[in-house]
Amino acid sequence: MSSLDPVLMSRILTGLTLFVHIVLATIGVGIPIMLALAEWRGIRTGDDHYTLLARRWARGYVITVAVGVVTGTAIGLQLSLLWPTFMRVAGKAIALPLFMETFAFFVEAIFLGIYLYTWDRFKNKSTHLLLLIPVAIGSSASAFFITSMNAFMNQPQGFELVDGVFTNVNPFVAMFNPATPTKVSHVLASAFTTSAGVLASIAAFSLLKGSTHVYFKKALKLTVVSAFVFAVATVAIGDFSGKFLAKYQPEKLAAAEWHFETMTRAPLIYGGILDENHEVKYALKIPYALSILAGNNPATKVIGLNEFPEDERPPLSVHYYFDLKVTIGALLVLIPLLYLFRRKLPGKKPYPKWLLLSIVALGPLAMSAIWLGWFLAEIGRQPWIVRGYMKVADAATTSTSVGWMLLLFIVLYLVLSVSAIRVLSQLFRNKSAEEEIRALGLEIEGEDRA
Amino acid sequence: MSYAMVAITILWTFLFGYLVVASIDFGAGFFSFYSVLTGHRNKIHNIIQRYLSPVWEVTNVFLIFFVVGLVGFFPDAAFYYGTALLVPGSLALVLLAIRGAYYAYHTYGSQTETRTNKVYMALYGATGLLIPAALSTILAISEGGIIDKDNGKVVLHWYSFFTNPYTWSVIILALVSVLYISAMFLTYYAQRAGDEVAFGIVRGYALAWSGPTILASLFAFFQINHQNPVHFQNMLHMAWMFIASFLCFCIAAYLVWKKVKLGLAFVMVVLQFAFAWYGYGRSHLPYILYDYIHVHESITNDTMAVALITAFVLGLCVLIPSLILLMRLFLFDANYIRGKSAKRG
Repeated sequence: MSSLDPVLMSRILTGLTLFVHIVLATIGVGIPIMLALAEWRGIRTGDDHYTLLARRWARGYVITVAVGVVTGTAIGLQLSLLWPTFMRVAGKAIALPLFMETFAFFVEAIFLGIYLYTWDRFKNKSTHLLLLIPVAIGSSASAFFITSMNAFMNQPQGFELVDGVFTNVNPFVAMFNPATPTKVSHVLASAFTTSAGVLASIAAFSLLKGSTHVYFKKALKLTVVSAFVFAVATVAIGDFSGKFLAKYQPEKLAAAEWHFETMTRAPLIYGGILDENHEVKYALKIPYALSILAGNNPATKVIGLNEFPEDERPPLSVHYYFDLKVTIGALLVLIPLLYLFRRKLPGKKPYPKWLLLSIVALGPLAMSAIWLGWFLAEIGRQPWIVRGYMKVADAATTSTSVGWMLLLFIVLYLVLSVSAIRVLSQLFRNKSAEEEIRALGLEIEGEDRA
Repeated sequence: MSYAMVAITILWTFLFGYLVVASIDFGAGFFSFYSVLTGHRNKIHNIIQRYLSPVWEVTNVFLIFFVVGLVGFFPDAAFYYGTALLVPGSLALVLLAIRGAYYAYHTYGSQTETRTNKVYMALYGATGLLIPAALSTILAISEGGIIDKDNGKVVLHWYSFFTNPYTWSVIILALVSVLYISAMFLTYYAQRAGDEVAFGIVRGYALAWSGPTILASLFAFFQINHQNPVHFQNMLHMAWMFIASFLCFCIAAYLVWKKVKLGLAFVMVVLQFAFAWYGYGRSHLPYILYDYIHVHESITNDTMAVALITAFVLGLCVLIPSLILLMRLFLFDANYIRGKSAKRG
């Protein structure tokens, strides 16, 4: 174990922590918006089903936040434990957003705590809803700060490198680098999409299991419509991200597209395999599409990988992450769209089984897209940790114990994930929505079979 | 005051905040577990749960804040401590993770299985002691002689770490202090809640742990002389702070003994630790890690320092009102403490 390369082990361990954390962080950023939508609808329409919906979501949400605090603490410390040289050198330019993130999270944690414990405490119901504003601002600001740090790793600026030291630093220029706008908006929009998708999956799952209560249909409508709106926004922003890459980080786009020769009227390659001579086989080639993606015009010149020295090219496997992610992105728009036109679809049932099954898939699909997008962003930056300035291999710890620590954390995350899933499923099984509706006297005459 | 001094004061203050808040949390976890073992569960469990539930997330943030702030202001700290503490730091992380996650599963999940509850209580109680023990060793390491630079590589000497009496004196002090601070707080809280039975028990704990706290403090104080005589001499120069700390301790113990002014008693406990904490910290300067990390040499560039300090001040403007709101709703709201207002979700 101790003979293993600390750099590779550090990469795997960091990746593992983030693999778990990104799920919880995504939900953490998106769910407050969904809570607000449901509770606001409940207050506006006087329909207590929506309030109950928010209440039940919040109960599960707090568990994911708690585990997210745990994995967030892990990554916060692992940055220094696994990447001491990166933090020592790059910290001089980019420590600010990391520091501010803790404040943003602090605010979120405080108001979430208050929100959970004050459902019936205020006379005016809107007061309770207002508590979600600082929660949402806190979680979105956290996402902004962390993503701006990641953006800096892709587009470092706001400093000069003198004798290996970052000097003449401007922390704001570093934070607001060219990658920040597209990255932050893509992260936020995809978090909203994924959260709506996960909640839609749960509602569809209940309907699929045979629940016929109108409560679930309301839940389905709210979540699927939200997922549609957010997914369309995510795709649009994703398009901006492609244009951004073409201009600022062409090697990442080129690797994702297996685009070797710089040219205009560049085709977009979908799928396929690459032989040893870098010839693409069995791929779907869409003429001009890459040039259009890069600059809205077939005449746009797209820089190819051959312009970069071989040891500065990202691994070509990122092509598959990119293609899969785009495919899922299309499904995330298509499935909710089918739901919206469900009454126009052939067949008599408004909720056909295949449609419900596809909606159940929304959550897992969206989460997979998050993982794939993150792989693309991080692996596509290789071999750099700070693009053009510091390579990953020079940033990691020199400690020989990383392999053992990797093993330790694998066990930890397995145990935590399994118990989290158990606790969450128990939570909703022990107290079903129907029971709760009856207990609260929320049965609305003539509506419950609607 | 230089940027370095402002920075280290901010960081030290956050670590002090963590010390107080986390001690209450860690100790409460242990007492909770202990009460299950000794059959007092019904008497003090509720009061502990009621306090902990809404505020636990806040505790972790203090720690993260300190770590992130430390490497932000003093990037060299990431290099030396980060490399040397990979193993102990990861172990502490695992303990924190288990504690945080299982606390949430237990509190927010459905509470039907009594068997898992016992396992959970044991985990919660055990981590309540193991985490402070693990974290406190970093203070021992900071005295120097345990982290070394060997051919440009940073290494931790495990043997001298474990055979060092100073290491153990710090661990003992940490454990005893956790129990003492926690019991003192719970005494005050139980009295506010008007829970006579719980009050009797936690007051007993508070008084029982006050003697050992002072003994452990003295033990650690004189061990520093062995480990790092320079630091010890510096401490003697500001001996008044340690004397003030002792006086605060006497007042706190007296008030709890007499069962009067328990709020003031807890303030005295905080002051007792504040004097000792800042006295220790001030005399530790200018080193963050003896011989390797020097506040004035390791401080980040001026622009970043100014940006971080500004962010800190702005952050406080948001944070302090939020914390006050949290405390007014849960810590100082008599109805909530007594369990009259509605429960969660």
